[in-house]
Amino acid sequence: MPIFWLFLIVLAIAAVGFVIGRQRALQSAGGDSRGLHSLPGYYGWNVALKAMVPAFGLMVVWLLVQPIYVSSTVSGMIPESAIAEGSSMGLVMAEVRRAAEGLDSAVAAGAITEDFARNARADVADVTQRLKDAGQIVTSQITQPVLRAAQEYRILNNTGNLVMSGLVIAIALAGALYALRETNAVFRARNVVEQGVRALLIAAASIAVLTTLGIVLSLVFNTIEFFRLYPASEFFFGLNWAPSFSGRGGASDLGILPLLWGTLYISIVALLVAVPIGLFAAIYLSEYASRRLRAVAKPAIEVLAGIPTIVYGLFALLTVGPLLMEVFGKEGLGWMQSGTSVMTAGLVMGIMLIPFVSSLSDDIINAVPQAMRDGSYGLGATQSETIRQVVLPAALPGIVGAILLAASRAIGETMIVVLGAGAAARLDLNPFEAMTTVTAKIVSQLTGDADFASPEALVAFALGMTLFVITLGLNIFALYIVRKYREQYE
Amino acid sequence: MTDASINNAAPGRRPGSLLSADVRTAKRNAAEKRFRAYGLTAMLIGLFFLVVLFVTIVRSGAPAFTRTVVDVEFTLTQEQFDAAESELFKTKAYSNLFISELDARLEQDGLDLDFDEAAIERLLGKVGGTLREHYRANPGDLGQPVQFELAASSRVDGYFKGRVTRDTLQDSRFLQASDLDLVDALEEAGIMKQAFNWTFITGADSGVDNPGGAGIGASVVGSFFMMLVVLFLSLPIGVAASIYLEEFAPQNRFTDLIEVNISNLAAVPSIVFGILGLAVFIQFMHLPQSAPLVGGLVLTLMTLPTIIISTRASLKSVPPSIRDAALGVGASKMQAVFHHVLPLAMPGILTGTIIGLAQALGETAPLLLIGMVGFVARGYPDGFLAGFTEPNSAMPAQIYTWAARADVSFYEKAWGGIIILLAFLLTMNIIAIILRRRFERRW
Repeated sequence: MPIFWLFLIVLAIAAVGFVIGRQRALQSAGGDSRGLHSLPGYYGWNVALKAMVPAFGLMVVWLLVQPIYVSSTVSGMIPESAIAEGSSMGLVMAEVRRAAEGLDSAVAAGAITEDFARNARADVADVTQRLKDAGQIVTSQITQPVLRAAQEYRILNNTGNLVMSGLVIAIALAGALYALRETNAVFRARNVVEQGVRALLIAAASIAVLTTLGIVLSLVFNTIEFFRLYPASEFFFGLNWAPSFSGRGGASDLGILPLLWGTLYISIVALLVAVPIGLFAAIYLSEYASRRLRAVAKPAIEVLAGIPTIVYGLFALLTVGPLLMEVFGKEGLGWMQSGTSVMTAGLVMGIMLIPFVSSLSDDIINAVPQAMRDGSYGLGATQSETIRQVVLPAALPGIVGAILLAASRAIGETMIVVLGAGAAARLDLNPFEAMTTVTAKIVSQLTGDADFASPEALVAFALGMTLFVITLGLNIFALYIVRKYREQYE
Repeated sequence: MTDASINNAAPGRRPGSLLSADVRTAKRNAAEKRFRAYGLTAMLIGLFFLVVLFVTIVRSGAPAFTRTVVDVEFTLTQEQFDAAESELFKTKAYSNLFISELDARLEQDGLDLDFDEAAIERLLGKVGGTLREHYRANPGDLGQPVQFELAASSRVDGYFKGRVTRDTLQDSRFLQASDLDLVDALEEAGIMKQAFNWTFITGADSGVDNPGGAGIGASVVGSFFMMLVVLFLSLPIGVAASIYLEEFAPQNRFTDLIEVNISNLAAVPSIVFGILGLAVFIQFMHLPQSAPLVGGLVLTLMTLPTIIISTRASLKSVPPSIRDAALGVGASKMQAVFHHVLPLAMPGILTGTIIGLAQALGETAPLLLIGMVGFVARGYPDGFLAGFTEPNSAMPAQIYTWAARADVSFYEKAWGGIIILLAFLLTMNIIAIILRRRFERRW
């Protein structure tokens, strides 16, 4: 992994630069640090930062740009005729990459020489045979254009890496030398370093913005791509979800409504479990429970929130499902066909959401000032009357916010529904029927064998977009309600 | 005047005693009691679920840590070795040797049982292959007694653990009712017994048809490399972002934008981060699929908001007097923050980071999208650096893969995996609590 070594080399240059810079500053002040503008360490940091930051910056940009440049150059080499019927540019490029990796590994293993791997006139059959002999997996037949493209791909990438290593090291050295040259007793090293650090802090804070941007862009571009292959109206209003499994398009029905219905139904069941239990638990803990009980019970309930969702998923699949089957299945009431159902997933998700509702509500109820309770008691109200008529109305916006946040969690939850809710998309009212959700289908569409360019895989991005918009909307709405209706007690 | 008005205050009401409650008061008191009971019930239900969850996990997962083995001492002489190696069906020759040895051993105990090679294969799998491999790898053991611990097939294992009973067993090529007599006899003789399943702790994922050989070790390593990436990226970035927002950021549009983004990202479903990882890191940047490096990057982006929020809280809890004192003796703003505020906030920051890591460790959905599914974890990486880029799985994804398999024997492994996962989470949380208790200062 040359990048790792490059990383270490730049770090080493920075470290050496730090020591030399510090010494040089001290020397220029005649060995007496009082003669310097800044503390000696700052001169060292100045050199180290100027060596590291531009070098790493270049490295990151290069690593981002190189693959794009290489694939666009290489894909230009592949003639239209080389793309087989039913295939696509993306598939051929994947083939090229695989062939190039095969050549790389074969060279690394010593099965073929570097010259042979670069030989443009090499016979395709010969190369394929040699790769197979070297234990490389060669998919289907490598064609002449693919081989040429793969060779070009390797050469471009190798030169690219070489040039990058050279440039990065050169820039690191240049930065260090430049910083060393400006090092003298009156150089305001601290101010420069602090400005640099500040810029780094801003960069770190901007990563949150970049992440959002990345999410939005990756969703939007792929969603647009999807709508080019599949009509948007059928996606949003289609009542049928039946992707074809060949991954080659054709007779797929990709309507989102059954998935949205499943998502909504499961979330409603979950909230019906979580809200009463969570809310009453919060009321009991904040208003009635003794200090000792509260100290034990509150963290205990919050443990439920710290358990990974895969655990709940397994619990739904292997414990709750069979349990419900005993009561509602063929042996019992006969409403249930299989262990995976809306009820199974909803109940377990409800358990998961209890602490979300209870913790948030608990905080909000505690924030209602004692004076309001005392006023109510003074008028002769009992404790429960006070809670119902004074405390809860005062805390209501916060509680609604908490419930909305829990709802957004429920809609975005994946593992419980993947394991507990079933795989069939249905528009049905029976809660003991297996249904599926948006998140579960994102997983199944993207973990299958379908090729990324097919509507069957791209639909996952459109589903993700829908999910993102819904949860974001719910969160913003929750925050809005909390802000707008919050009573200010000061 | 006042006396009269009091006496006439409630004309329709019967004057009652203060000592006995009237109907309305009794009703109100009953309502009070009911309300209180609802609250208590709700809390108890919550705790009940917690207990049920843990009891289920422990009860269903414990069997994953034991397995049924046949413990036999076996001696192979040089001549037998040469003879077996010269035969056409070599493993069959070894199997036959093993069977005659086992027969002799049983006869010593006064047991006379009839079993053939097929029965042994149903019980123990391909014994001959295992023996041959051992002796070819360790020729020095020839002629000496060697203790073999051979794992029984998953169905025999299920018989021991109650998953398979005589009533439910249907004769098949995997297990027959007559085999169970042999199993019982072997158990009687102390040859077949339960032993600690080290394979489960140290092994890698096995194929769909071999639940007995499945282990979680490789995916623990995958999780470990992912956590390294998350730790080394999210801690510095998170702390830097928090310092900027808490200490330096001016009140302007850009700061608001960042703040809104962070609070929104904290609420974005984890699967969306998986989509991001797939689209950006794998499709766009062509990073290797199923690599812990990519998983770590995705989880870093996911845990950043958590870490930023908790870091900002602990920076905020450092009183302003510390900053003022530092500024007062001539420190720059940057020095005040890095030399004084940050060290004081460090316990809180570390606590938040550990909790964020624990959250990332249990995350499954985004990993499935970037290809870190369980069956990828077929072995340990070749070295430290390769650990980041070689395809691997992670604990929760491995558990998911087992849970999704058709063979019931894998469910036990899934529960066992959960025990291990929860053990890691528990350790991390305990460390966080200890850190908080020991170092957190109240100002």
